[in-house]
Amino acid sequence: MTGIETAGELLAHAYQMELEAEERYTYLAQQMELHNNADLAKLFRDLARVEGVHAGDILEQMKGMAVPEIALLDYKWSGNESPEALDMGDMHYLMTPRQALLLALKAEQNAFDFFNHLLRATSDNEVKRFAAEFAEEEQEHVELVQNELEKYPESDEPIRDDMDPPVSQG
Amino acid sequence: MNIMQPGPFKAANYKSDVTPVWCPGCGDFHVLLSLTKALAELGAAPENVALVSGIGCSSRIPAYTNCYGFHGVHGRSLALGAGLKVARPDLTVLVMSGDGDGFSIGGNHFLHACRRNIDMTYVVMDNRVYGMTKGQPSPTTEPDWDSALSPGGTGLSPFHPLVIALASGANFVAREFSGDIKGTTRTIVEAVRHPGFSFVEILSPCVTFRPDERAWKTQTHVASVEATDDPARAARRIMTDDGFNTGVLYRGRRKPYEHHVTDRIVDPAILEQEFAI
Amino acid sequence: MMPDKASNSASRSILFAIVGSGGAGALTAGAILLEAAGKAGWYGIMSRSVGPQIRGGEAAALVRLSTRPVDCMAETFDFLIAIDWRNADRFAAEMPLAANGLVIGDPANGDAPDAIVGTGVNQAHIAMKELAGSLPGGRENMIAAGLAVGLTGLPIENLTSVIASKLAGKGEEAIETGCKCVEIGSHHAGLLEKSFALETPAASQNGRWLITGNEAVGLGAVRGGIRFAAAYPITPATEVLEWLAPALTKVGGALVQAEDELASINMAIGASFGGRPSITATSGPGLALMVESLGLAAAAEVPIVVIDVMRGGPSTGIPTKSEQSDLNIAIYGCHGDAPHLVVAPLSVADCLFTAQWAVHLAEAMQTPAIVLSDQSLGQARVVIEQPADVAFIARRELFKDAGDEIYNRYAVTGSGVSPMALPGTTGGQYTADGLTHTVKGIPSSKNLDHREQLDKRYRKIADFDYGNHWAAIEHNGAAGTHEDFTILTWGSLTGAAREAMVTLADDGIGVRLVALRLIAPFLKDKFLAAVHGSQRILVVEQTHSGQFHQYLRANCDLPGEVRHFHRPGPQLIGPTEISTQIRNWRRS
Repeated sequence: MTGIETAGELLAHAYQMELEAEERYTYLAQQMELHNNADLAKLFRDLARVEGVHAGDILEQMKGMAVPEIALLDYKWSGNESPEALDMGDMHYLMTPRQALLLALKAEQNAFDFFNHLLRATSDNEVKRFAAEFAEEEQEHVELVQNELEKYPESDEPIRDDMDPPVSQG
Repeated sequence: MNIMQPGPFKAANYKSDVTPVWCPGCGDFHVLLSLTKALAELGAAPENVALVSGIGCSSRIPAYTNCYGFHGVHGRSLALGAGLKVARPDLTVLVMSGDGDGFSIGGNHFLHACRRNIDMTYVVMDNRVYGMTKGQPSPTTEPDWDSALSPGGTGLSPFHPLVIALASGANFVAREFSGDIKGTTRTIVEAVRHPGFSFVEILSPCVTFRPDERAWKTQTHVASVEATDDPARAARRIMTDDGFNTGVLYRGRRKPYEHHVTDRIVDPAILEQEFAI
Repeated sequence: MMPDKASNSASRSILFAIVGSGGAGALTAGAILLEAAGKAGWYGIMSRSVGPQIRGGEAAALVRLSTRPVDCMAETFDFLIAIDWRNADRFAAEMPLAANGLVIGDPANGDAPDAIVGTGVNQAHIAMKELAGSLPGGRENMIAAGLAVGLTGLPIENLTSVIASKLAGKGEEAIETGCKCVEIGSHHAGLLEKSFALETPAASQNGRWLITGNEAVGLGAVRGGIRFAAAYPITPATEVLEWLAPALTKVGGALVQAEDELASINMAIGASFGGRPSITATSGPGLALMVESLGLAAAAEVPIVVIDVMRGGPSTGIPTKSEQSDLNIAIYGCHGDAPHLVVAPLSVADCLFTAQWAVHLAEAMQTPAIVLSDQSLGQARVVIEQPADVAFIARRELFKDAGDEIYNRYAVTGSGVSPMALPGTTGGQYTADGLTHTVKGIPSSKNLDHREQLDKRYRKIADFDYGNHWAAIEHNGAAGTHEDFTILTWGSLTGAAREAMVTLADDGIGVRLVALRLIAPFLKDKFLAAVHGSQRILVVEQTHSGQFHQYLRANCDLPGEVRHFHRPGPQLIGPTEISTQIRNWRRS
């Protein structure tokens, strides 16, 4: 049971998911810029762009459809926020692109799971159609991130140490 | 589920373009996110919201929003907020603080703010450490936590903010985990709506000086029992839980603070009559 | 002239004390006499001296009545009425009797202590207790008041009307008994050989007021536009807050009692940030707790007014006695460079003007203003001419939503004052900050931002037009010669200096007075113009270390020869001491 019963509701969720993902990646890019991790900043900017394009596409699809306005707390995510939003609590300013991509991969996988679960749970044909489409697109995102990951050699290296002491600010 | 109508504002309307100086991974990013979502849910125009804070990592939060803000001196944010709310009852006032700012240097104000019960919300981002000064123990730090300033640990019992809030007369007491954005958002909304002084302690990990607190993500859990309006029950629950129960624990029914309001405002010249002989 | 010594012929000023202990009511007797004198058309001032007890302690009402406005006590007392002598020697140093003065005691209590009588003082015995006991419910303090009535020539009907209103709650009988006691006392005074009759007063122009300095500060603040106060009790400032509590409610404002001074100043800052002109009142120990937040108000540019009713310091010091020793902390207390305003009322009546002016200045410049009153002003009750209404009211430069304009809360302006947005104003959102910030209020540690904001905050108080209110500049009218003296003083000692000038004028000694009302910023050019040509400067202040003298020296080169007369509290510097300083200097 997902609680999403109409195609309009599904589109609202899909759109919100992309918006939050774009916002989250942008936010992370800003954090990395401030902490002078240029590689990650660029990576997150790129991911944000992809999500932004996707959000725009969904907006197009919403035209002419009955899409409900949903209050922030009323979105029917399975977890405590939109599945595609990467958990900021997992961040570190000295992460490598590979480590960040693994987190992004998890987020994209969560998004795929969300639509895939809906696809199997719903009996509404229109919902099924959109769920299938979005699941496929999320699968593409997953593959995109996987392709990126291949650029970096596999490694279980931990996050490296900062050799400078922390700076007192307060 | 309580279905709320979408308000005229989006969470993004409450964000400023200032990039937070917090370390990536810091729980305060989540609190900022939950706060802006909560304000959007509340539907208060950004210019009618005031965020007041003291000193510390968490106290940087007002400038990261598009609301009115006051980043004051260390420990006095509750007093700033109290003056503001009494002078401007039309505003939505939230005081944003940390465990050092709120419970150590500002500890006395905490007691009296609970007691005074002014209609405002007090959010304390508790990471059990002084972050801005590079990691010293705070009143909520575990007694055996080792640091340069307290080698081997302080050996002191941690301060218990929720019990103290309850005993001092706070009208709404809740605990949240910063990573639970939905829960935190919902609780801030409820805290603001609840009359009187509402206290929300948010466990917000310091990934730099307390990397062990990343484990809070799995340690915290939503409380399985409903909030109570009985302070004795609430106290018993708070004292006996594992410290990682989240959600609203107490909703009181005390009358919020109000200063005596006259039905007839007089010209100051009237006051002079008492001096004439 | 104002004679320091009383004689049997009618005089223009008399000074007396009523002492008593254990709830004898000496202070009430003094208050009734002062008010009655005001009704009769005289002027007056009453201060009090008390033991350390909360109730039942020894107390002295020190009352000076005059045909002219008086801003200070004199040093020597014409008469003293002692309801009893228990611990009265505690006050001996504060009420020296004139050589031909009179002491009246109750024979039941024996002779006056040697410390009080001194030499050449006349003693009389009147059985106050026995006389009071002759009437059911009769009180000795009303007999004592009656004695003072008889000695001063105060019309008795003025006294009975005050008693009627003071004792209104106690019933007709109590009023009648009180009035009878006064009549009895007055009758017995008439039997004495001595009299200290005051001249008949001139008719009042605008009517008289009876007010304390603490009340006057409160009234001035409300007149100026204060609508929020945060309060933490402390001697001798509490009455400011107690007066404001009901007054603010009446005018639609609010007073909140805080948990400490750290909270009270921050509550005031918070309320002012919200747009309500705000105040708090305290004394030295409280001011010490407030200074960190005063710096915040300066940096975040939030106007507030802090009344400091000074008492003896340091530490707990002498809570019930006056001193001017908070000057340094008021000027220099803040860490960092934090331009702010320090003003000081020059008399009890001036407490009203100066507090009102302080509100105006703080609001106009968006910075804290400290008002340095002291116990001798705050807790003195005076009869004065009804004060004029002055035009100063709070006027803060505000940001108004102008559409697309980008708002910079701390914009660098010519005057240094930047329009302030109040919460609720669309498009004005900013975060007030004690961190060094950019024009937008964003935290910054850049050299340029720090410098620019420090400059602007300095400029707004340095370039402000303070008009003529910054000081009282007067001359006693005696022919100006090369022998002219200048008295430099500030705040509460102005009254004593003025009175000294009057007696010196009678001796043909020209004296100029420059009494600072605006302490900080120091207006160097105006000050130097005011003291220009001075040959001999006497700096007068009530501190042990000479804080005011040092402040003047740090800010300018004083012309001519400079002498410095200073002393800590609690014994106030009086007019005769000042005139004696100048007379002796002239002779040397």
